[in-house]
Amino acid sequence: MSQTLTEKIMGRLAGRPVKAGDMVEIGPDWTFALDDGIGLIDQNFKRYGVKKLAHPERIRLFYDHYAPADTPLHALMHKIGRKLFDQFEIPREHLHEVGAGISHQIAVESGLVHPGNMVTNMDSHTITVGAVGAIGCGIGGAEMAYLWSEGKLWFRVPESIKIELTGRMPAGVAAKDIVLSILRSISARGAIYAAIEYHGEAIAHMSIPERMTLCNMGIEMGAKFAVVPGDAVTQAHFDRLNIKIAEMPQPDVDAQYVSHHKVDLSILEPLVSAPNKVDNVHPVGNFSFVRINQAFIGTCTNGRFEDFEIAASILKGKKIASDVRLVVTPASRQVYMQALTSGVLEILVNAGASVTTPGCGACAGMHQGVLAEGEVCISSSSRNFLGRMGHRDASVYLGSPATVAASALTGFITDPRTHLA
Amino acid sequence: MQVEGFAAVLGDDIDTDVIFPARYLAVLKPEDQAKYLFEPLGDAVRQKVLAGGVVIGGWNFGCGSSREHAVTSMIGANVRLVLAKSFSRIFFRNAVNNGLAVVISPEIVSAITEGDKIFADLQVGQASINGKALSFTPLPPEVLTILSAGGLWAAKSAQKNKEVKT
Repeated sequence: MSQTLTEKIMGRLAGRPVKAGDMVEIGPDWTFALDDGIGLIDQNFKRYGVKKLAHPERIRLFYDHYAPADTPLHALMHKIGRKLFDQFEIPREHLHEVGAGISHQIAVESGLVHPGNMVTNMDSHTITVGAVGAIGCGIGGAEMAYLWSEGKLWFRVPESIKIELTGRMPAGVAAKDIVLSILRSISARGAIYAAIEYHGEAIAHMSIPERMTLCNMGIEMGAKFAVVPGDAVTQAHFDRLNIKIAEMPQPDVDAQYVSHHKVDLSILEPLVSAPNKVDNVHPVGNFSFVRINQAFIGTCTNGRFEDFEIAASILKGKKIASDVRLVVTPASRQVYMQALTSGVLEILVNAGASVTTPGCGACAGMHQGVLAEGEVCISSSSRNFLGRMGHRDASVYLGSPATVAASALTGFITDPRTHLA
Repeated sequence: MQVEGFAAVLGDDIDTDVIFPARYLAVLKPEDQAKYLFEPLGDAVRQKVLAGGVVIGGWNFGCGSSREHAVTSMIGANVRLVLAKSFSRIFFRNAVNNGLAVVISPEIVSAITEGDKIFADLQVGQASINGKALSFTPLPPEVLTILSAGGLWAAKSAQKNKEVKT
């Protein structure tokens, strides 16, 4: 039986060969939760009298959405999580405290998640772990509480979509522009219920951070998983971390895909997703008349060292427009330290940036850069839904970190190619 | 599982940020969450949903975040059914696992207008719009068992009771 990568991974967990459309009851390798969901787990545990956890070793808790707490209620969620860990005697080092960063970033950069793993987390962007040949998906609170207690949960094995990348990106074009171009062509519902598998010769030339951006926005197309099968780049990532991994599972060459798309990277240009739909994607030049109030570089989509590095190359020795706020939020402490010691943060702060605690930051409109009525933000994040970053009459445009940095400089949405060093 | 109410028609790509904004995620009880349901869409939308109890979505209903609140805030607001052309997978899972009735049918959705009286029987795959009968493909039996029990945890208790009796 020929199988996709997803079928192989879910089949391993099911203990039998599976194919798309099968229903399975499985225990994923990882069952993560976050500060914005731990309250629901606690509530379910109390309601159903849970006394014992099936697999404490598969549990990690990340404080990333409310870091640091901005309201007493959010502080209480942190307190509830710590208490839960004590109550069930889960090692405290499995609780990634305020300041550690975003769950998906930590899961990949620390080598926690391995190729061939399946990750569940109370966060839709868990799909990001696809960058290291793993499959990850978001689930809800009742489900995660059930999984922690019972160890198994029902899943449907998804069909897979093959996306083949060829050619090289021109200067000024980034992984974000690739994924925005895919969104434009297949739409926000183009991969609904399906798993995206990235293939093609161009993949071998893409770094783990770039692959994270590619996989991250798979959810914006409706995908359950988005994955880059493990290769030499993946192996080098774990070698660098001194982590030994088992053989990386691969899809069969004759695996069945429901559709097949090709993207030629050499003809891409910087793109922007306009409010309020993620697939409302157009060339950056279409928006040169749009005045911005805030520019945001951060998130699990584009809050990595390479993203700040490109922003710094555009902003070095310059000042952002006087009526613009530039908010910079490293995706993790490790990213923060790298940006700090390399001098990248110094360049950004000198240019006028505000640097906030590692975590999800302003992305979900809770804190650290919320928008007022009528305001406009250009953001390196993944969602521009109505009211996402604050007031319902604020607008969010999505672009690459380079596009965000160039826009911060001019005060208007700006093509980064005109500002490259 | 049979549900009824009056149609509150929304559109395509209704995302979880407009269903339930992230800044209220620490609100845990469905009846409290209900206060924030559809807040970004304004009071008129909220009122028609609360009055009708049946939400009609287009394609890709519930896209975006994994927040279960998008489903449980509807349960707290006494929404009995969400009928859509398609669902985002996370919203769909959360609905099933928390016992909110969901029906997928592009044909039925296309035939519905604002305020129509809607009835659906999820087991047999029968619906009616103002008394006019229409059919849809029922959900897979494994999924339907969980949904009609009232969600994942309720289904587990029901299964346990059954085992005790037999």
